[in-house]
Amino acid sequence: MTSATNTSGANTSVVLPASVDAMLELLTSRGYLAERSLATVTYLALRMGRPLFLEGEAGVGKTEIAKVLSAALGRKLIRLQCYEGLDVSSAVYEWNSAAQMIAIRMAEAAGDTDRDQLSSDIFADRYMIKRPLLQALEPDVAGPPVLLIDELDRADEAFEAYLLEILSDFQVTIPEFGTVKAPHPPIVIITSNRTREIHDALKRRCLYHWVDYPAADRELAIVKSRVPGISAKLSQQVVRFVQALRNQDFYKSPGVAETIDWATALSELDARSLTPQVVGDTLGALLKYQDDITRMQGDTLQKVLKEATSEN
Amino acid sequence: MAINHLAPDKTEQFADNIVGFARALRAAGMPVGPGAVIDAMNALPVIEIGNRADVFTTLEAIFVKRHEHALIFRQAFNLFFRASEEWKHMLDSVPLPDQAKKKPQAGSRRVQEAMSQPKMTETPQHQEHDLRLSVSDKEILQKKDFAQMSAAEITEALRAIERMRLPQAELLTRRRQPDPRGLRLDMRRTLRASLRTGGDIIDLHRLGRIEKPAPIVALLDISGSMSEYTRLFLHFLHAVGDARKRVSVFLFGTRLTNVTRALRQRDPDEALASCSAAVEDWAGGTRISASLHNFNKLWARRVLSQGAIVLLISDGLEREADSRLAFEMDRLHRSCRRLIWLNPLLRFGGFEAKAQGIKMMLPHVDEFRPVHNLSSIQELITTLSRPLPPHHRSLIRPAA
Repeated sequence: MTSATNTSGANTSVVLPASVDAMLELLTSRGYLAERSLATVTYLALRMGRPLFLEGEAGVGKTEIAKVLSAALGRKLIRLQCYEGLDVSSAVYEWNSAAQMIAIRMAEAAGDTDRDQLSSDIFADRYMIKRPLLQALEPDVAGPPVLLIDELDRADEAFEAYLLEILSDFQVTIPEFGTVKAPHPPIVIITSNRTREIHDALKRRCLYHWVDYPAADRELAIVKSRVPGISAKLSQQVVRFVQALRNQDFYKSPGVAETIDWATALSELDARSLTPQVVGDTLGALLKYQDDITRMQGDTLQKVLKEATSEN
Repeated sequence: MAINHLAPDKTEQFADNIVGFARALRAAGMPVGPGAVIDAMNALPVIEIGNRADVFTTLEAIFVKRHEHALIFRQAFNLFFRASEEWKHMLDSVPLPDQAKKKPQAGSRRVQEAMSQPKMTETPQHQEHDLRLSVSDKEILQKKDFAQMSAAEITEALRAIERMRLPQAELLTRRRQPDPRGLRLDMRRTLRASLRTGGDIIDLHRLGRIEKPAPIVALLDISGSMSEYTRLFLHFLHAVGDARKRVSVFLFGTRLTNVTRALRQRDPDEALASCSAAVEDWAGGTRISASLHNFNKLWARRVLSQGAIVLLISDGLEREADSRLAFEMDRLHRSCRRLIWLNPLLRFGGFEAKAQGIKMMLPHVDEFRPVHNLSSIQELITTLSRPLPPHHRSLIRPAA
């Protein structure tokens, strides 16, 4: 569901990077090997104070960048995982009705009959359960938090429309309570897997970036940094194999996350190099559709494997 | 040219003109009420009537309430108030401008027809041609020009839209709204209501789930063998898209084109014109299997994720019918809530699924219906309006 985690633990805010190169360096220092284009839009989003809208296939590192950014900048990460039917009470705030009921009964028992006093008492801050969007608007000693709105395409259009309002003013109006406005707008990162098209109005307020699969050399670097102890030969073969798979016409191409999973799986199995046997056994880490797995049998597998294991 | 001083009879004629003009606009499909006519009468004496541009601006400000109508208004104005010596009452016969050399603008035929003598023409019945079983192999890359839609057809279409009872209760969303018979308590409203009585009375407020019509995704075949119907279907989809928000439309011949945005324009003529601009292979051959493959790969996840109903509008005449076609159909079937195949060939009484492609596709559809004229479109609307049957699929599929 929704959770807010403080990844840094430290309350020391880092100065924002002053150039694209500095941003690239910052991400790399935390093990996120970004394409320069992604570092550029991230840098711009921070400089311009605009939300960053990342769209792309599953497992290309959209969510990861928010985590890395919050850790690198020493900011709190607040994550809102979207799902169908996400509403104000689970995204913004909710009144703690049970506690309010008790408060009313207590007031009755004590003989308080001042109704206005009672209603202002029970709609106070302490009876409010703050959900991620409201948390993101609250001042933070470490600086404005990183707000990750994950998989926005899973929420419905109504929520999107609501979000528009928040992203333009960074304030929320609560009828019983008043308006909460962020002193400094949070760093907002929105991700989408494109299971539906997000409305133009929302995209217009953001900087948009399509996160693509990485090139072979970058992917190799990612595997090496994420799967420590993997042999150079195996990592090279793994990346070549995955890159070849992406050129095939699969229903769901493997993302970087799958590459890392597969490399980890292979090194767990102490594989030295790719053989038809070991690939066949572990294909489930790469391909997630039965049709795709069926297509990867026999000749196709041999062909791709040959491509991946040739020594040039 | 200029009318500086209106004599009393002129004023009368002028009032006639405005009324006539308003009627012409109405006939061309614009909603113009008597209130607007009165406004126009009151507004025109205030401005200088000799200035045509001012008159245009004034009348436009009064009669045009939606941007989509601006085009129709402009044409109607130009036809009606010719820059002639005197203002003629032109409601009965409008000399049509010579447009043999240039392509008529979208909407112009409607305006002209609306202004010329009203003919009570029925929508022409479609001729039953022989089946054109030959699918041209070479891709005809041409910009097909839509025959402009006539006012009679528009009226007919509009009537059809009015009769539409589009599905209301189909998909239960997870969003909730106040509902006295709902199952969940709305604690917030309950509390606020009980506070009015100082907490003495606790009146329970409930929440129920909101129902929303399912999105519709239409895949429309525009190959040569379908050309007689393409325009009609596009009009239908345009109408459906007006009535419900979530309608995506794809056209396929030898390639797949998403025309959802082009169809969003409110004026059907404009919408169709931009559709034809977007598509490059009108009336070429069909490659159903390749188009379906592209749809499944590039679009299915993006438009089918919300429990969509798919309308596949095609005659199923596929030259390259092989197992791939069955495979792609199966995939499409499994990734949508309901797959309805609309086939104009079904209008023939003795139609049998002989063509290889049709045999391949049939096992993978939930419904197979004729669609070739307004009445079958009406039937389709009726079908779409029925509550969907419970969503169950047999796990054992017939072998293709």
